[in-house]
Amino acid sequence: MSNPAITPELIAKHGLTPEEYQKVLDILGREPSFEELGVFSVMWSEHCSYKNSRPELRKFPTTGPSVLVKAGEENAGVIDIGDGWAVAFKIESHNHPSAVEPFQGAATGVGGIIRDIFTMGARPVFLMDSLRFGSIEGDSEQAKTNRRLFAGVVAGIAHYGNCIGLPTVAGEVYFDESYSGNPLVNAFCLGILRHEQIARGAAEGIGNPVFYVGAETGRDGLAGAAFASRELTEESKADRPAVQVGDPFREKLLLEACLELLATDAVAGIQDMGAAGLTCSTCETASRGGTGVEIDIQLVPQRAKGQTPYEVLLSESQERMLVIVKKGQEDVVKRIFEKWDLPYAEIGKVTDDGKMRVRNGGDFVVDIPARSLADDGPLYFREAAPFTPPSALDLSTVPQADPAEVLPKLLGHPSIASKRWVWRQYDHMVRTGTAVLPGSDAAVFIVREANKILAAATDCNAVYCRLDPTVGARIAVAECARNLACSGAVPLGVTDNLNFGNPHKPENFYQLRAAVEGISEGCRAFNVPVTGGNVSLYNESPAGTIDPTPTISMVGRIDDAAHITTQSFKEAGDQIYLLGETGDELGASHYLLAIHGRKEGAPPALDFDKEKAIHAALLGVIRKGLVRSAHDCSEGGLAVAIAESNFGTNLGAAIDLGATDQRPDVVLFNETQGRIVLSTKVSDTDALEKELAASGVPFRKIGEVTAKQELSLKTGENSYSWPVSSLEKTFEGAIPSLMES
Amino acid sequence: MAPIMKVAVIQFPGSNCDTDCEAALKSFSGVEASIVWHKETSLAGYDAIVLPGGFSYGDYLRCGSIARFSPIMGAVRDAANAGILVLGICNGFQILCEAGLLPGTLQRNTGLLFRCEHLHLRVDNTATPFTSVLHKGQVLDIPIAHGEGNYFADQETLRQIEENGQVLLRYCDASGNVTPEANPNGSLGNIAGICSHGRNVFGLMPHPERVCDSLLGGTDGRGIFQSMIEAIQKTKAK
Repeated sequence: MSNPAITPELIAKHGLTPEEYQKVLDILGREPSFEELGVFSVMWSEHCSYKNSRPELRKFPTTGPSVLVKAGEENAGVIDIGDGWAVAFKIESHNHPSAVEPFQGAATGVGGIIRDIFTMGARPVFLMDSLRFGSIEGDSEQAKTNRRLFAGVVAGIAHYGNCIGLPTVAGEVYFDESYSGNPLVNAFCLGILRHEQIARGAAEGIGNPVFYVGAETGRDGLAGAAFASRELTEESKADRPAVQVGDPFREKLLLEACLELLATDAVAGIQDMGAAGLTCSTCETASRGGTGVEIDIQLVPQRAKGQTPYEVLLSESQERMLVIVKKGQEDVVKRIFEKWDLPYAEIGKVTDDGKMRVRNGGDFVVDIPARSLADDGPLYFREAAPFTPPSALDLSTVPQADPAEVLPKLLGHPSIASKRWVWRQYDHMVRTGTAVLPGSDAAVFIVREANKILAAATDCNAVYCRLDPTVGARIAVAECARNLACSGAVPLGVTDNLNFGNPHKPENFYQLRAAVEGISEGCRAFNVPVTGGNVSLYNESPAGTIDPTPTISMVGRIDDAAHITTQSFKEAGDQIYLLGETGDELGASHYLLAIHGRKEGAPPALDFDKEKAIHAALLGVIRKGLVRSAHDCSEGGLAVAIAESNFGTNLGAAIDLGATDQRPDVVLFNETQGRIVLSTKVSDTDALEKELAASGVPFRKIGEVTAKQELSLKTGENSYSWPVSSLEKTFEGAIPSLMES
Repeated sequence: MAPIMKVAVIQFPGSNCDTDCEAALKSFSGVEASIVWHKETSLAGYDAIVLPGGFSYGDYLRCGSIARFSPIMGAVRDAANAGILVLGICNGFQILCEAGLLPGTLQRNTGLLFRCEHLHLRVDNTATPFTSVLHKGQVLDIPIAHGEGNYFADQETLRQIEENGQVLLRYCDASGNVTPEANPNGSLGNIAGICSHGRNVFGLMPHPERVCDSLLGGTDGRGIFQSMIEAIQKTKAK
């Protein structure tokens, strides 16, 4: 089969602008081959090159004494956790594939992030997911589609994570119309390693052999990176071949074989084949190593006969790795990969000419300076639209809904309701480290081999980000830190997944820039580095742009198992306290959205100093053993937080919020930041109050845990009560009843 | 001091609870646990064998149906026939059924979804090397994590295993009542675990190795391993 001629149409089809194509001509000094055009196309896609977001990403704080591998240096950042141990973690999106093929799209998203982690030499230990879909309520075609996407994504994550044997220990799921047709699937993986085990993705050592290991290359996922860098349209279904097909069994074998190989002295460099497959892994390793790589397509293990060099180079078949082996140690690869019954082949060598060169048997089909592909891609400084911060909500325009009815409605709203239907499908206990099951503020995981206790949370309130991206992003960081504090942890590092719309539209670009700035401020305030992440732009469907969603995942450390804290009340008689003060803001609240159908107003204010003081005070009393439960107030406010602390306990709570001139709906459902509901033993109240008073944070006793399974809330002269069992039934039943109807 | 119990934990390609089982076993004093690769052919010198959970061969074709042909399975079969204790957990249970070392089979959960959760099990027979330290009727809290744990056997087989007291664990509610609501997967008779006619081969869908540490949600799994240790101690004392 002969290759097509390079025409302006073909160039446009590859997503290269005329200016970018001119740059290709300048680099090569000649017209590119068809294969080279494909290589430039994927390497210069937003997905691989971050050409629209890189100038913004430089704003992140990425350094710190604990940072062993910085963001952007390798496949994932690495953070020291003490005693010679480190963690590698990262979050990555698989939004577009999941929109057209939810099961495989989500499954391969999980597979891809796991590879990023073990490529670093780390043993993956747990997963989290941040998911967003359009509304799943009602009988509309759109709701049915959203339910199908939701079910498919969850099943795909379960399929991959369960089979490979990694627990999915936490996550978040939101439903909002802005994600109809463009769901978000962000997958996080964390791995553990010794400092000396850190593996590098560099092609080092001229003359070293280059090995291909893992699954054979097929025609799946052709140019998926380019696909992911376009808006979704009605025609996107035709891009289904751009979605890869995952095989978690193969990846389990690949994981074990690679870790066994990395434990030897045979590896000079290693890189997974993810987006842009063989193309990206060869030119990135060469670029990092300051070397060249030469490979022969005909030596690549292939699933189908008759694949063209173009297809082999651009395939995103899963479960493959590129390994630079130290010359003379080829037999080590052979022994290990034969043990694990995995394909492997020596396909080329490291060269000294700085070129990515691909041979098809005899002739070179690609001959490009590697650095020009990986590092010298185009860079765009997009225009950001001017932004007027939203004005505060005029409370007088919001009719007072009856709290007696509002609380069950909020608890039954799919975004707030129990996600048990989701996490029950995930094996969340394999690797026997899950100390806090899903459903609490943060996952807590004991890493047996390192004797370390880690906590992790993932958060983003996209409604806040829609209304004010800077504030929304700050809050996402603060909420993560707050969730960690509630579990007894101090934060170590952050990975972010920036999900936005087409950056060519100035209002979208403003959101990206503002969110990056908000995240940066948050990370500086909490003194945590951003260790890496992912950018997903072009999240638009014919219905519009998604709400900007800068998902934050934060990892923390708990020093002592005695400090592990959960959100559930523990015993009748325990005294309940509220840390932080309740303001009068109602803008951007879930109450306003779900009950009044209004997505407007200013998000709640965030004061980093106050927030940090609260976290420090909370950690102080947790470490003194004075806290039996702690739960932050987020969507749905104080009333939802207290109800959630009751669930799964067979207990109730009697709460009196005291005299106030505020409206009951404001007191109960507003989303003032920096508030924590905690409980303590009666005998510890004096000590607790003394400690909290000394720390200077606002706190007050608001009630007690009761044996009677009733939640009663009093604010001012207004009292409300509900049987806990009925609230819990609503909370637990909402998603199953929608999905199983 | 020589260990009381030397245990082989078989690692099939796709096993993923192998190191969890190893760690749980090592938390008992006197136990030496080793991972044994499925391409090995001998299990000489081991007092007990554990087939751990996971997705051997990706669960392709049918759960456990390929692993039963692994080279190590000849040695597992010989050991079982020689009266050595063989414990199959989750995928290990499925492999033992496929290998014919335990009767019946495990089908897709009736709800079609994978289920991972803590639930209750009633101990129905304590006269076995796997349950001797437990009490008849005792309720254990041990989690499950499977998509295909729906135990099925033909009527005659079912009658026989019930009559022979081979059903050791059944799904029940917190009070020990064996009810349809407490059945997570559609298993006949709420069966969660059965042993062989000779009592030395035991397969169960729940994961006892996950509840051997109070920090990880409980210690109700320890009784099964403790029973095995005591059984071996008795055998050796003879």
